[in-house]
Amino acid sequence: MSNYIGKSVKRREDDRFITGKGTYTDDISLPGMTHLAFVRSPYAHAKIKSINTKAATSHPGVVAVFTGEDCGNFGVPCGWQVNFKNGDTMKEPPHPLLAVGKARHVGENVAAVIAETLQDARDAAELVEVDYEELPAVTDANAAIQAGAPLVHDDIPNNTVFDFEIGNPKPDVDAAIDSSSHVTKLNFRNQRLAPNAIEPRSYIADYDVTVDKYTLYTSTQNPHLIRLLMCAFVLGLPEHKVRVISKDVGGGFGSKIYHYTEEALVTWASKEIGRPIKWTSDRSEAFLTDAHGRDYVTTAEMGFDKDGKITALRVHSEANLGAYLSTFSTACPTYLHGTLAQGCYTTPLINIDITATFTNTNPVDAYRGAGRPEMTYLIEHLMDTAALEMKKDAAELRKINFIPAFDGVNEPGYQTQVALQYDSGNYQATLDRALEMVDYDQFRKDQEASRKNGKLLGIGFSTYIEACGIAPSAVVGSLGARAGLYESAHVRVQPTGKVSVFTGSHSHGQGHETSYAQFVADKLGIPMEDVDIIHGDTNEVAFGMGTYGSRSLAVGGSAIIKSLDKIIEKGAKIAAHKLEAAEEDLEYGEGKWAVKGTDKSIAFGDVSLTAYVPHDYPEGLEPGLDFSSFYDPTNFTYPFGAHIAVVEVDKDTGKVDLKRFIACDDVGNVINPMIVDGQIHGGVAQGVGQALLEGVAYDENGQMISGSYMDYAMPRADDFPFFETDRKVTPCPHNPLGVKGAGEAGTIGSTPAVANAVMDAISHLGVKDIQMPLTPERVWRAMNT
Amino acid sequence: MQIKVKVNGKEHISDVTPMQSLAAYLREELQLTGTHIGCDTSSCGSCTIIVNGKAVKSCTLLAAQVDGDEITTIEGLAQNGEMHPLQSAFKENHGLQCGFCTPGMIMTAVNLLEDNPKPSEEEIRHGLEGNFCRCTGYHNIVKSIQHAADSMK
Amino acid sequence: MIPAKFEYIKASSVSEALDLLAKHGDDAQLLAGGHSLVPAMKLRLNQPGAVIDIGKIEELKNISEDDNHLVIGAGCTHEQVATSSLVKENAKALAQAASSIGDLQVRNMGTIGGSLAHADPAADYPAVILATGAKIVVEGSSGKRAIDAADFFQGIFTTALEGNEMITEVHVPKAENGVYLKFSQPASRFAVVGCAAIKNANGVSVGLTGVTDTAYRASAVEEAYNGDSKAASEHAVDGVEVMGDHFASAEYRSHLAKVFTERALNALT
Repeated sequence: MSNYIGKSVKRREDDRFITGKGTYTDDISLPGMTHLAFVRSPYAHAKIKSINTKAATSHPGVVAVFTGEDCGNFGVPCGWQVNFKNGDTMKEPPHPLLAVGKARHVGENVAAVIAETLQDARDAAELVEVDYEELPAVTDANAAIQAGAPLVHDDIPNNTVFDFEIGNPKPDVDAAIDSSSHVTKLNFRNQRLAPNAIEPRSYIADYDVTVDKYTLYTSTQNPHLIRLLMCAFVLGLPEHKVRVISKDVGGGFGSKIYHYTEEALVTWASKEIGRPIKWTSDRSEAFLTDAHGRDYVTTAEMGFDKDGKITALRVHSEANLGAYLSTFSTACPTYLHGTLAQGCYTTPLINIDITATFTNTNPVDAYRGAGRPEMTYLIEHLMDTAALEMKKDAAELRKINFIPAFDGVNEPGYQTQVALQYDSGNYQATLDRALEMVDYDQFRKDQEASRKNGKLLGIGFSTYIEACGIAPSAVVGSLGARAGLYESAHVRVQPTGKVSVFTGSHSHGQGHETSYAQFVADKLGIPMEDVDIIHGDTNEVAFGMGTYGSRSLAVGGSAIIKSLDKIIEKGAKIAAHKLEAAEEDLEYGEGKWAVKGTDKSIAFGDVSLTAYVPHDYPEGLEPGLDFSSFYDPTNFTYPFGAHIAVVEVDKDTGKVDLKRFIACDDVGNVINPMIVDGQIHGGVAQGVGQALLEGVAYDENGQMISGSYMDYAMPRADDFPFFETDRKVTPCPHNPLGVKGAGEAGTIGSTPAVANAVMDAISHLGVKDIQMPLTPERVWRAMNT
Repeated sequence: MQIKVKVNGKEHISDVTPMQSLAAYLREELQLTGTHIGCDTSSCGSCTIIVNGKAVKSCTLLAAQVDGDEITTIEGLAQNGEMHPLQSAFKENHGLQCGFCTPGMIMTAVNLLEDNPKPSEEEIRHGLEGNFCRCTGYHNIVKSIQHAADSMK
Repeated sequence: MIPAKFEYIKASSVSEALDLLAKHGDDAQLLAGGHSLVPAMKLRLNQPGAVIDIGKIEELKNISEDDNHLVIGAGCTHEQVATSSLVKENAKALAQAASSIGDLQVRNMGTIGGSLAHADPAADYPAVILATGAKIVVEGSSGKRAIDAADFFQGIFTTALEGNEMITEVHVPKAENGVYLKFSQPASRFAVVGCAAIKNANGVSVGLTGVTDTAYRASAVEEAYNGDSKAASEHAVDGVEVMGDHFASAEYRSHLAKVFTERALNALT
């Protein structure tokens, strides 16, 4: 019975947000709370010769000043170990809470000033005197591995974190490329992006000496993971005495997954000073220190036979991981990237070769899509470029290369050349629908007509696939993950039949309080109002791995289903007793257990009451109706879809106007279409942002020249048309809800569609390729050289 | 120094420092934390409130500047428990996800619709130039404002 | 973020503001809308000892006209300038420039006097002020004077204002036929290039902003213009040292200056 699943139920969380009643971390004030300001390195690379904190310490209102020497042994860890090709362990230098000896990127924490007010803290921070000796810096991934490049970490040769290879043996791939009738080759940069959640990171730590317990309020996507990392790997705190609370969070996009130095520092310092401490990032600090995304330098070649069938894909990239290894940084260019190189094509031979490097820049980690947008851009940009080069239709070229449809139930999953096995897919269907939506034949006619009038219209495609529902623990463990990637759920049926669901996933915009309640209510056959969804507090939720990688519903939702199954199963025992029937004669539906073929039944609320008032009760059965579950997925999920962008290029200025954006996505089953559409819209906007507007830039000295909203182009309302969306449904065969995940699809698919559309608009002018972002100047230059 | 302001219909006499922004004053002194600070330099628009009938970015006003002024924040928009049509429209049209930019979006839209009760899509998009949203791609925000405009006719 | 400590003083009249300026000297800064000053203070790029708030001086907030001019009070907000029917009818280019500044909220606070005094090289107004041949009326301890637009903008963030002076009015010659067009920097939405063109009895006058360290009157374009916008616009950057930055190299900016000059001239009717 589906009263709620598949319906666009309005979000219950909105009531607090539209009235200003949300509780974001910075909204919280504690009695006696102090404020912390950081002194940050103004240099990309500098020796710290001395730090004089005397003037700062004696400034009115200052409670304490800390430097790296005070907390020198604490450092935040990387959560994923990737080994060199030769088996050596990756290079993992310490990442101290406050810089020790050297500062390695602009904005690195050098000292922390804690005071009664923010005014005092900021004023005193200006009085900390740091004697730096500036050193040469390197900011580019490719430059970093050249002989003679400055070493970010003195003992790590060539600034190399690791090298990595996945796919078929390189000689086989080389031979296939060499014998291809056409090879498309691109050299490009997938530029660095700043995530820009609109809520800046914020942490409040409160150490309570009377009970020797810590509470950390934090704007994180995964409170339990923060607690685990901080307790086990950073500060050595007793985990049972640390409570991490993540209430409302104003967007994450990956940047709030990681355990940051500032987070551990306020927690540690709160005990040192015996008072609560708040630190909220300002926007400048966010640009300098929120983990960035992307930043690859790539050479990619795709071979084709005379009919346009792909023969091989060969890729070499340098991935810039910044000065230190952020929590999941190492997974991004490897297992979240190389493993997607199959795309949705039958490419028989693939070799992906990656070198990960340290540079004097802010750490880079997963940003919406995490490795997958980069691979999708690579493949899909190759496809449209190849079509232009071979004078083939880009849509047709895809059709002859698509993996044929398979449902993963009657037909087996598709084994890729790069380790993954796709669960189910029907790639052609989404493209066909998208072509219909854009009215492709008509577009080509319009395009031809408009060219005659001097207008430059273009169309670009992207038929993407991604790997979500992260992830089977044993699989990721064998690949180096230092955590399991299951999810937990605890469902507590209250005596009156009201249901509290505690989930380890976390909502920071995704609407779990609504969509989870929808499927829980349907599964139990009760009204949605009787279901409450609770997340974001380690004292309430037993455990959790959090929300990222479009995993919440596929993994977290499945864990809830497991608990619900246990509740229905136990309820059946109670019902059978009350109905004086055999358990196997009962069926559950519409909120009651009924004896099959009779009108005898007992309602959910009667069973729950009986479970807690067990007077007339099955012998030997425990009272209560309350179950925890852990769900560890058996595979990733593989959403896919077709995106089409239509652009017009101003031939005088090079400015690109996005006229239309069409997305037909297949994210498996859908619980709340309104929310899924919203995820696609937001994702598309971020992907378009990468294609046309955004980019973090460092100058040759490692100074960030895009460190404010005056310099970093954020997508705005007038940069977009309304998006045109539709979807196909190919259920996921391996999780109970049949869902695949929708959080990243928009971002992963959209970027190449836009870049390809620009190329389609101007390639007849002899333009070969343009680096992202496709700024007006770059487009103008390409048209005029 | 002392200021006297009327916030959401209620008069407040408060001591502020010259350095205190209006946003900080509302959040810290009046506990009106629905006004959010996203950039603190008048770019992102999360802190938008209405001062004397006009939408302004409260992070870039000093509290001292608004002495004697009348202020409406997101908390004061609903009247007698009844949501403002924009608040209802944002919920109805899924015009928000994480909710952080939402109060600023709504307050900007209040001014936008006051100046132009029947805006075109283009006018709405232009009117939101000073408000960043990273979640929605603006699609449903624009829809929400269109629907609110229709319902306010 | 929070500024370094300063003293805040509210002025309720021009004369009071001038007295305060004289008293505090170079240590004081005037605060009108504050949308350039306050962020700079928060970033601690600007740390005045005293801030004199002129934002509530009513006598600075009027827009009126005489036979040949609009008289715009320095305290008028961009929104006031953009929506005033007097301005729209008599100085269309100025209204267009005002409506293209920042965003709705910024236009509700920012003032024409504040913007002109700040003299950001990418600000919108200066192109129009120059093209219309407006005069900037300033008052100081030594009295009142009117500065020709051409003499007012002296360089990056530099004007002819003396330390003890403040702008009180802007006198803009009426011209029905004018236009302001800009190519916005995608992040800040300041002008990468902004061009104001005004048609008058002698031909056209053209002001450009964003191109170099200060806005300028493109006299070479004006001289060359004989109805052929394209040919005239080729002279848009004659003798100008064009700026280059992250968003537009000098070469591209020069090109844009020509494109927008041509477009502005074509938009004149």
